[in-house]
Amino acid sequence: MRSPRFDATVLTLGFAFLYIPIIILIVYSFNASRLVTVWGGFSLNWYSTMWSNQGLMDAAWVTARVGLLSATLGTILGTLAALALTRYSRFPGRMAFSGMIYAPLVMPEVITGLSLLLLFVAIGIDRGFWTVTIAHTTFTMCYVAIVVQSRLLTFDRSLEEAALDLGCPPVKTFFKITLPLIFPAVIAGWMLAFTLSLDDLVIASFNTGPGATTLPIKIYSQVRLGVTPEINAICTILIGLVTLGVIAASLTTKRTEIKRIRDEHLAVRGAAAS
Amino acid sequence: MAKTLGPVKRKFSPWTDPNAVPFIRFENITKRFGDFVAVDNLTLDIYEKEFFSLLGPSGCGKTTLMRMLAGFEEPTEGRILLQGNDIRGVPPYRRPTNMMFQSYALFPHMTVEKNIAFGLEQDNLPKADIAARVEEMLKLVKLEQFAKRKPNQLSGGQRQRVALARSLAKRPKVLLLDEPLGALDKKLREETQFELMDLQHTLGLTFLIVTHDQEEAMTVSDRIAVMDKGVIVQVATPAEIYEAPNSRYVADFIGDINILEGTITETGSALGAPGAVNIDCGGLFVAVDQECQAVKGDQVAFAVRPEKVRISPDAPADTSVNSFYGEVWDIGYLGDFSLFLVRSEDGRILRAAQANVSRLVDRPITFGDMVWLTWSRDAGLVLTR
Amino acid sequence: MTNVAETNPATNAAINAGGPSWTRWLVVAVPYVWLLLFFVAPFLIILKISFSDTAISIPPYTPTFKGFGALGDFFSQLDFENYIFLTEDPLYIWSYLSSLRIAAISTLLLLLIGYPMALAMARAPTSIRPTLVMLVILPFWTSFLIRVYAWIGILKPDGLLTLLLQTVGLMGPDQQVQIFRTDYAVFIGIVYSYLPFMVLPLYSALEKMDNSLLEAASDLGCPPWKAFWKITFPLSLPGVIAGSMICFIPITGEFVIPDLLGGADTLMIGKTLWTEFFGNRDWPLASAVAVILLIMLVVPIMIFQNQQKKVA
Repeated sequence: MRSPRFDATVLTLGFAFLYIPIIILIVYSFNASRLVTVWGGFSLNWYSTMWSNQGLMDAAWVTARVGLLSATLGTILGTLAALALTRYSRFPGRMAFSGMIYAPLVMPEVITGLSLLLLFVAIGIDRGFWTVTIAHTTFTMCYVAIVVQSRLLTFDRSLEEAALDLGCPPVKTFFKITLPLIFPAVIAGWMLAFTLSLDDLVIASFNTGPGATTLPIKIYSQVRLGVTPEINAICTILIGLVTLGVIAASLTTKRTEIKRIRDEHLAVRGAAAS
Repeated sequence: MAKTLGPVKRKFSPWTDPNAVPFIRFENITKRFGDFVAVDNLTLDIYEKEFFSLLGPSGCGKTTLMRMLAGFEEPTEGRILLQGNDIRGVPPYRRPTNMMFQSYALFPHMTVEKNIAFGLEQDNLPKADIAARVEEMLKLVKLEQFAKRKPNQLSGGQRQRVALARSLAKRPKVLLLDEPLGALDKKLREETQFELMDLQHTLGLTFLIVTHDQEEAMTVSDRIAVMDKGVIVQVATPAEIYEAPNSRYVADFIGDINILEGTITETGSALGAPGAVNIDCGGLFVAVDQECQAVKGDQVAFAVRPEKVRISPDAPADTSVNSFYGEVWDIGYLGDFSLFLVRSEDGRILRAAQANVSRLVDRPITFGDMVWLTWSRDAGLVLTR
Repeated sequence: MTNVAETNPATNAAINAGGPSWTRWLVVAVPYVWLLLFFVAPFLIILKISFSDTAISIPPYTPTFKGFGALGDFFSQLDFENYIFLTEDPLYIWSYLSSLRIAAISTLLLLLIGYPMALAMARAPTSIRPTLVMLVILPFWTSFLIRVYAWIGILKPDGLLTLLLQTVGLMGPDQQVQIFRTDYAVFIGIVYSYLPFMVLPLYSALEKMDNSLLEAASDLGCPPWKAFWKITFPLSLPGVIAGSMICFIPITGEFVIPDLLGGADTLMIGKTLWTEFFGNRDWPLASAVAVILLIMLVVPIMIFQNQQKKVA
């Protein structure tokens, strides 16, 4: 059972399963032929078609705006929620509050989408850019809350106590000590919120209105008509962007890691010298 | 002439002066966390410039007591007076106390310099003053060349000194130290203990230290409060705590000690010598020179420290009292001295320590030898609690 | 001597929580109110609308409930028509049952595939573990829709799988893979999309496990396969439950996968709701469908929340 060969096989098969479809999709975005099964040679044709597709570009722009705005709002709200959950053990309705944080994580999107839409209709808000943004803020803030909460749980409270002890009032302590130290988690939360917003089809479909067609909605409507290399091209670009983001983020953490190791070496030498 | 208990460290004893005003006063303090009573109706005075230790096992309430003084917890009942002022409701950031945390709590995103300056910046002091004070502090803890380092680029001992400098930078009226040396290795800890004492002397501050390490408390403090389950068992100087513990708990907690349970057979007045007690410890007769409240027939404990017990293969002149005959059961070699566990016929075990004065011994005592343990009348003491 | 000062919980709380009461109030209130407004209120509305009549207007429903003053009216006018309709038309019952079946089978498949992967990752050398975790997370960062779409090109009758099998010779040139637009395609799509959600909780449960436990078991004479069932698996149960719930609940309401990969006979409630809403424009009926779906998921959601709280 505990054989390295078994483990290696499992991992190879697992990752092949995860990556082969994506790789195929990327490869065929460079296919000159319109048919999926026929390789008609390398071509960037579909990228230029995509570029001149005004509807697609508009949708991309809407998606970017919704994503930036809702991720930022969601990060602020989610961070506050995480603070409320970890720092205040008692307030009226705390149980209900933590329920409201966890439920959207698993709630089927059709329910979240439909219920929010009915709210907007009931209070008479026209559906469009803002309703999608609010909807995305609501479900992404819960993800941010979870990410930030897990950081706050391991946060050494004596750091805040030390700041208070040295004369720093609580709110200032939050901005000078707590926030800088949990910032990586806040950023991770933001990135997660942004990609979730970028990704969402169902909730956006329910809450969108004229002029606020997001990229997933656009892609979905084209996919239903069949596989086209043009969609492969958009998908490839999206995958590329996200991969770049993730790699950049992990390189930054790796650099911090290397720096930490170097610091520790310095510390050992410092100890020897003193 | 009255004899003194142990060596005299310095001529400083405001607690013996009935007119002295306490600097800090804990008055009938009770702290409950739900059903748990962390501190139970505790009253304690600490004087200016005193180096005071709260000593006890974990969970005895010593840290809670300190955190109440720092302002992180409020007492459930009772009040804390600092220079005569009730400090209830004053938030930690407005209290003239500073704390050195057990984990040091150094801000990892700030340099050593910034850490030390942090408290000063909160007071909006001019930049030049802050820089000067930071400089002075760095010099005080000998970390000048590490000013620009981040905490994770420092060794444990250096971090400890940064934490100390940071908590001293604001010249607090009281410095609170929560297990300040717990994270250091033994050798560094001993060095630092003496550094702390020097600092306290030169700066003339009041230090309150929380520790579970009895040696540390003994070394640094003017007075020690031994705590157990939320109450103070004894407050006294280190020498008093060691030589005259007031209870079995304190005697057992501080240092190594032999405790024999027994019954008083005679007290001073009957013996014709005031301050003498005879005890029958189940057939082992003990005579102690000690003023004692107990009377004939009381159940008491006789306690004697191993280093005050002599061990010899030869019988003493008088074997009827203060002597114990048995077989060497076990020997612990501890370098500076050796500890002998001697077992009598009835199975009782008494410990005797012998300093290893010379490297070579003519007639070593070894396992299975029959030996006599003896002690003088002023070596042990009677414990009534 | 004075003693027994007033106990002042407010002061105490402010100090311990690190803020005066107004900041404390704000920190809790802002996200709380937001969620009440945009998460809880919508559910009340959906409940209300599910009891309304259908009308051919936009919004296509006649509200039965008119303000809080008319609460009595509300109950007298409660209209169970939509719910009765749901029980009468077997389509809906079959949709619910089929959703649960598909979700249960998929979750089981995910466990069967995810567990060995998570175990292999947890046993991998510490130095490559972060990379492995990143490799699992990376597909998750790419769009859900794109990942489902990628399978269309593979599973289509004239797609790449057919091509591959024909090239290898396992299939004659006139034969085609008949998976696309069947339940099998849905299973493949779901397992593919949800695999990271299953692997990560399992991995974090397995990775936390102290290796010396297994060494102790082996030292005490327990063979490796037995040690797995007696030590590793029981200790990873929190991860198993978390992973299963994280997958099972959203899969039950899944729309995109059955819509793009499933056939006409693939019944899933998310798809039915979508059709009811966008196709038939019957909002009250769609709401009733959602309410029942939610009721079905209450128990798994509670299990999930308890698990999360325990972990936190």
